[in-house]
Amino acid sequence: METVQFLGPSLALSAILFTLGVAGVLIRRNAIVLFMCVELMLNAVNLAFVALAQLHGVSGYIMVFFVMTVAAAEAAVGLAIILAIFRHRQTVDLQNINLLRG
Amino acid sequence: MATFIFYLFAVTSVLGAVMCILSRSPVVSAMWLMSTMFSLAAIYVLLNAQLIGVLQVLVYVGAILVLFLFVVMLLNLGHAATDLRGPAATTAAVVISGLLVIELIALWRYTPGRLAAEIAQAPQMARQLETAFPGGALAQQAAETHGVVGAVAAPMFQTYLVPFEITSVLLLTALVGAVVLAKRRI
Repeated sequence: METVQFLGPSLALSAILFTLGVAGVLIRRNAIVLFMCVELMLNAVNLAFVALAQLHGVSGYIMVFFVMTVAAAEAAVGLAIILAIFRHRQTVDLQNINLLRG
Repeated sequence: MATFIFYLFAVTSVLGAVMCILSRSPVVSAMWLMSTMFSLAAIYVLLNAQLIGVLQVLVYVGAILVLFLFVVMLLNLGHAATDLRGPAATTAAVVISGLLVIELIALWRYTPGRLAAEIAQAPQMARQLETAFPGGALAQQAAETHGVVGAVAAPMFQTYLVPFEITSVLLLTALVGAVVLAKRRI
């Protein structure tokens, strides 16, 4: 059986998904959708790790574990922040949340 | 056959991502993101990472996306007209992501042979890489003798034990932080 499969296509797919995540962060104003785009970027990075793990051993899979943990923690804290902001401002539109803009 | 399945899921995941960033409603976005994540799980299985594929479905789809849907439900946002930014921001986004995809697509040119050639020119780095990344053939062998889960578990609780323990502190911090932020009165 071939050891390394789909390396190039996987990395290209990872690049495309990451870019779509960046584009989503840039064009959306809804804070929840923004977090979804961040998750999309993390998924793209995971795909690159898994594709390269075929070449460099199990360490890539362990990095994916850590990325998933960070993603879960980030989603929990981020969504709690969104809930707190919504309670004060009654909106999650980022254009109206400009307290720190100066 | 495997190639066809790979490209099928690749197209599905890109379609899901595009629809996710363009859908008006957050719930619809979450559903498209779910299709992307399922496709990625299938791709992980094709890449011989069955354990990661299972975890993808359990953690991302089962936990994180459900959390997103819960928050959307809690907020009761109603029907906003659209939350896409104006044409100037969209143009900037297209330009920036166009440049980014051109840079990242260079990853396509990554091949084992090219890496070997680059390492051959820097023997110092070769020694470091040898300790950091035991070769892929070794991983294949470990999976055959210890099984798919055992091959990941052994380095996780030996080489990566300290980062693993730090992860538990991270999760505890996130737990406390989420409760403190979301609770009205403590």
